[in-house]
Amino acid sequence: MSFVENIGKYVLFLNRVFSKPERGRVFFEQIIKEIYKLGVNSVGIVVIISVFMGAVISLQTAYNLVNPLLPDYLVGYTTRESMILEFSSTIVGLILAGKVGSNIASEIGSMRVTEQIDALEIMGVNSASYLIFPKIIAAVFINPFLYVLSVFVGIAGGLLASYMTGAVSIPDFLYGVQFGLIPYYITYSLIKTLVFAFIITSVPSFYGYYVSGGALEVGRASTKAVVNSSILILLANLILTQILLK
Amino acid sequence: MIELNNINKSFGDLDVLSDISIKFEAGKTNLIIGQSGSGKTVLLKSIIGLHDVDNGHIYYGDRDFTNMSFKERKLIRKEMGMVFQGGALFDSLTVEENVRFPLDMFSDMNEDDRRARVKFCLDRVDIKKAHKLYPAEISGGMQKRVAIARAIVLNPSYLFCDEPNSGLDPVTAIVIDKLIQEITKEYEMTTIINTHDMNSVMEIGEKILFINKGVKAWEGSSDEIFDTENQNLNNFVFASNLFKKIKKEL
Repeated sequence: MSFVENIGKYVLFLNRVFSKPERGRVFFEQIIKEIYKLGVNSVGIVVIISVFMGAVISLQTAYNLVNPLLPDYLVGYTTRESMILEFSSTIVGLILAGKVGSNIASEIGSMRVTEQIDALEIMGVNSASYLIFPKIIAAVFINPFLYVLSVFVGIAGGLLASYMTGAVSIPDFLYGVQFGLIPYYITYSLIKTLVFAFIITSVPSFYGYYVSGGALEVGRASTKAVVNSSILILLANLILTQILLK
Repeated sequence: MIELNNINKSFGDLDVLSDISIKFEAGKTNLIIGQSGSGKTVLLKSIIGLHDVDNGHIYYGDRDFTNMSFKERKLIRKEMGMVFQGGALFDSLTVEENVRFPLDMFSDMNEDDRRARVKFCLDRVDIKKAHKLYPAEISGGMQKRVAIARAIVLNPSYLFCDEPNSGLDPVTAIVIDKLIQEITKEYEMTTIINTHDMNSVMEIGEKILFINKGVKAWEGSSDEIFDTENQNLNNFVFASNLFKKIKKEL
């Protein structure tokens, strides 16, 4: 299928997804379940990766500050800026594209090949809206919290590593963390997080929804979903950075 | 009653269904039979609207399904129940939640009535102790029975079954067939069953449509099927040694 055909199909798919839910109560329950599945279940991986990345960023910065004219607090400053601007939004987005994306594509793909989606359609349920709309809402709601968590945990990781290795003192690090904060950077990153949350849920859902065949095709769809949502995240990152930081 | 008038369906250059017309009556178990690849699943999926037909008309009573808008189809779908080949139960829901699902989506019943209705339907298909289990935790035969319970929970007027006893042992297969037939009579539903199982044909085939290479080749009842002159149908019916032996004894 050509690239243009796929885009058209994706737009039509989104049109089906964003339809009025059949039952408000059922829709709300689905959102809560998805928040748990997509968000709460991702806290562990976000925390682990953010701690280590924050620690590595602070150590690398400390070991590269060889010029005595550069103050030590730059370690804290760099860690904070890296986490806020890029790591906690884009890198966490890419990691979630792998974890959440493959999960969504395989879940929906399995439902397709075992005729569960057909069963929904026969009942008169808009399967795209019932299955996917709550996932998108849940991810758009919970991912900003994961972003904030990642920023805090990453900075804490940097602080811990700096303290344990003696690379920089705690007061210097904390001064750097508070130095020259531009609040708009947080807004910019939160906007990116929202866009990435949409990509992470809608693209894998699309690949899962249109699977045909069996287990092999579900696996292929899952791989395609992760690769393409990662590429889209990188592309969106570039475009949003150009638009929002100009 | 469901009536098909001159149904045609193709995928690209491949003609899958050609000019199929038949009337399926209410209160009867109507069977679509034919070899694998003959087009019976495509026909069933066309009847329920999972495939759009190229030409022809499908009538539910006096309502032309083929000319209905998306909204109108959605309404009529609430009158349909479907039992899929693999059951198609929702993996993430328990047996009870699976049966309850259509009620949660479409019924205005209160909580007590919903529970009572779910219990009634599960009792009707003889599922007594598996309410809290997940589909993966019950046998294939039980999954089919739960699928039947889910299909009838909204009191449908039309019941569709795609090879309901495939993968089941002969005894369980007959139990499922009989259950579908009893429910059809009880609720005066129009039931259409897709099958290539001759045991089903003999047990519950009140009206039978035989499709060969996408064309209607024969129509009749299980009583008439042994007397047919149709060579393709004969080859299909008497394919097994068991039925060859029966034919010799007749």
